[in-house]
Parts: sequence; structure tokens; C-alpha cells
Amino acid sequence: MQYLLMIYRNEAELGQMTADDRKKLTAEYGAFTQSIIQSGHFKAGDGLQPTTTATSVRVRDGKTLTTDGPFAETREQLGGYYLVEAKDLDTALGIAARIPGAKTGTIEVRPVMIYD
Amino acid sequence: MTPTEIEKIFRDEGGRALATLIRLVGDFDLAEDALQDAVAVALERWRGSDLPANPRAWLVNVGRNKAIDRVRRNIAFRGKQQELMHELLLNASAPCDATDTALDDDMLRLIFTCCHPSFAEEVQVALTLRTVCGLTTAQVARAFLVSEDAMAQRLLRAKQKIRLAGIPYEVPEREALEPRLRGVLAVIYLVFTEGYVATSGEDLMRPDLAREAIRLARLIDALMPGRGEIMGLLALMLLHDARRAGRETAGGDIVLLEEQDRRLWDAGQIAEGLKLVENALRMPGRPQSYTVQAAIAALHARAPNYKDTDWPQIAGLYEVLLRISPSPVIELNHAAVVSMVDGPARALDLIDALEARGGLKGYELLPAVRADLLRRLGRHDAAREAYLAATAATQLEPLRRLYARRIAELD
Repeated sequence: MQYLLMIYRNEAELGQMTADDRKKLTAEYGAFTQSIIQSGHFKAGDGLQPTTTATSVRVRDGKTLTTDGPFAETREQLGGYYLVEAKDLDTALGIAARIPGAKTGTIEVRPVMIYD
Repeated sequence: MTPTEIEKIFRDEGGRALATLIRLVGDFDLAEDALQDAVAVALERWRGSDLPANPRAWLVNVGRNKAIDRVRRNIAFRGKQQELMHELLLNASAPCDATDTALDDDMLRLIFTCCHPSFAEEVQVALTLRTVCGLTTAQVARAFLVSEDAMAQRLLRAKQKIRLAGIPYEVPEREALEPRLRGVLAVIYLVFTEGYVATSGEDLMRPDLAREAIRLARLIDALMPGRGEIMGLLALMLLHDARRAGRETAGGDIVLLEEQDRRLWDAGQIAEGLKLVENALRMPGRPQSYTVQAAIAALHARAPNYKDTDWPQIAGLYEVLLRISPSPVIELNHAAVVSMVDGPARALDLIDALEARGGLKGYELLPAVRADLLRRLGRHDAAREAYLAATAATQLEPLRRLYARRIAELD
């Protein structure tokens, strides 16, 4: 099965990190990504620019409305994701718990829909 | 066989048969339907004749064939899923190992799946009652005070999550086992506590839920023998439940521990509980929370009467509990016991300190404990106020009546 692991964390807190801490976090993510590539779980993964760069689009009655900012204002914001292949939910949860961002933020684990 | 005897076999064996069918057909709903089919056949065949040598294996085998029939019918209807169904058919028609060990392993798988931490705790409890204990959806709905429709929806969503999210049908391995077992025991204890003192309603107790919790703990103790925390939990529940007949009047009024007729307690169940506590305390490693709580219940069970209970030792055991699993509720219980050793004034100081730290905000038994201490200190006005607060805090009718009696005694 495939699972999308969505990384939510507090952007404001992240913005206050020292350069050293930021470097350390980047290195941790690098090592983690390498480890799941090697174990064969990795399908895709990226970090996202902060929600200040977000634009939301809705089409109503044929008219396109664009608004500045994310879909919902929340305490933690989506900051990146991994798409992984795992045999079951326990394996996916185990991988999610190893994502560096899990220590300060929240990882939402969602199974990817299968069309047959 | 009479219908009642057959009914009893379904209650005892249905859970295990379902557990194995789920593994064989890989789908909760299909397995439940197949077991229903098998039960219908059994009701017809077993009546007026002898039981098969192994009713469990019989139910599994007939159920498996019924599942295959259902899948075949589905293939005819929906050609698109043929390949998927074919795989399922192969799985289900593989030789079935119906030995007791294989069925026991399936039961453990089922329990761990129902108590998976990806479910909210009350969903874990509902799934366990419905699937492992074999309660009907209506019975589970009553335990949660929700409509049957709402409960059916909740169970449906949970079973969908098992399938769609890929929750494994497995007993977790090594390092994951301990936390998961703790979760399973927490679910069993939740079922029990709701049966011991209901959250709301007319009746103080729901003996059926308490019985199911004890049955589950016995089962898991048999499946995973030699574990102190399981024995401790089973002992704790047996000792509490042994007092059931003494805990209320025929009219459904609460009889507090100090006024209970100890001859009404179930001596056989107490003996079993005491033996289990001893065994659990002898296990290597530091004692688990359930075992210490069971040791406290054991001291109550052994005491000839309320006054001559070994209060100092009980207070000491609460101090152990506060070290290994600190919680405001245990602090409150500890304070109540301290009142029996050092007097109500000292206990009231402890509770004031606890409240000042912000613990127990909204805990409904807090005003009741405070009221009892104030009453014993002769501070009637403050006690009356606390009993009124306790009355407002509970939704359980027998507790409301108890507080009303206390207020009347103060006047």
C-alpha cells in the first residue's frame, strides 16, 4: 500500500530557529530520506515553502476566486510530505515516527486511494 | 441440544471462529456475514442432535465455505474485481488449521486489531465489545448511551478504516508489543469500570459489562500466560466485582463500603483474586499499576470490617502507586485513605493542595470526597454545599440519591 505522510509544524517557531539548528534539521532530513530510499519505502517527498507563499483557488458558478493564504488557518501548517510504500499501517506509522519533524510537529498518515 | 445450549456455544466460540474467519478471508465484513450463515446452518443441524466434536472448527469450516459461496456470487455480479476475488478464494480454500493454538493466535490478532491505537479509545472499546465479545450492535449502543444507528455507523467506519488504512491483522512484534498490550488492558479496564460504576442513568452497575471485561482478561491471560500486569488486572477486577451483591440495596440504592454486609461478597471469586495477586506480585520486575491496585483491593477483601481494615498498609500502597503511575485521581484516593489513618483534617489539606495545583478540575467525585471529609469534621454547612456540588456533577441517579440522603442527615 502507499501512504502519504504529511508533515505539519508551527511555521512561526520554525522561523525563530538559529542557523545552526536549521542546518542540523536539514542534515537530519537528509539522513532520514536516504534511509527510506535504501529500505525501499521511498516513493516521493518534498518540503514546501511557507504558507505566506500560498494561494487558494476556488471556482464558483464558473468564476475563479483566488485568495491569499492557505485553505485553513491552523496552529500547525503543512510543511512537506513523503509518499511511501509500506506493507501495512504499522509500518507506515513506524516510518512517520522517524521523520525529524515528528519530534516538534505532527505527521498525518493517510492511505492513498486505490482504483480498481 | 436445546436452543439455549446452542446459544451458549455461539457466545463462547463465536469470537474465536470469527477471528479465524477474518484471517482466512481477509475481510471483517465478509467474515461476519459468513459466520452468520454458519450459525444459521448450525441452529438447524444441531437442534435435536449431538454437537460436532469440535464446534469451533465446525463453525470455521462451514463459515469458510459460506464465504467462498458469497465471493463466487459476487464474481458473477462484478466481473471487474475478478482477479482480486480469485486471490481471496485461493486464500480461503487453503487447508484450514483448526487446532486450538491456531485459533488462539487468531483471537489474539483480533483483540490487538480491535485495540489498535489508530482508533479513538471509545472506538476500540466498541469494536472489542462487538467483535471479540460478540455483543449485538444494540447492546454496544446501550453501553455508550447512543442510538443503534449511530453505533452501527461508528462500527462501520471503524471496519472500513481497518481495510482502507491497512491496519494489520497481527500481534505486534517485540518492541511494539509492550505498549500495545498496555492499550489492550486499558480497553478491558475501561469496559470494566463502566460496568462497575456507570457514567449515568438509573443503574449503579452494568454487571454484563463487568462480566465481559473479566472474560476478556481471562482469555488474554490464557493466551499470553505468565504476565504480571494481566494477572494483576484480572485480580483487580475479580476482587472489585466480588463485592457486587453488597454494593446496592434491592431498591438500587448505593451501599458504601463501610456499611456493606461482607457476607454478601462472593467468597469464591475473592479467593481466586487473592491467589492471582500473590502470583502477580511474585513476577520479576517492579510491580505494575494494576497489580498494586489489586493488592489494595485484596486488603479490603481480607478485612473483617471497615474499621479494622489495614489502612496504613493501604496508604503505603497508594504511595507506591503515586510513584509508578502518578495521577490526580490516585492522589484523591490516597487522600481519602489518609483520612482513615491521620484523620479527615489532614486529608482535606492534601485535597486543597491538589486542587490548588489545578489537578482534578471537573472530576466529578472530587466534591463528593470533600463533602464526606467535611461531614466527618462536623463542618455541616460546608459539607452541605459540597454535597450539592457533588449532586450537580453526576449524571448517575443512585449517586444523586446517596447525596440527598447525606444532606438530609446533616439537617
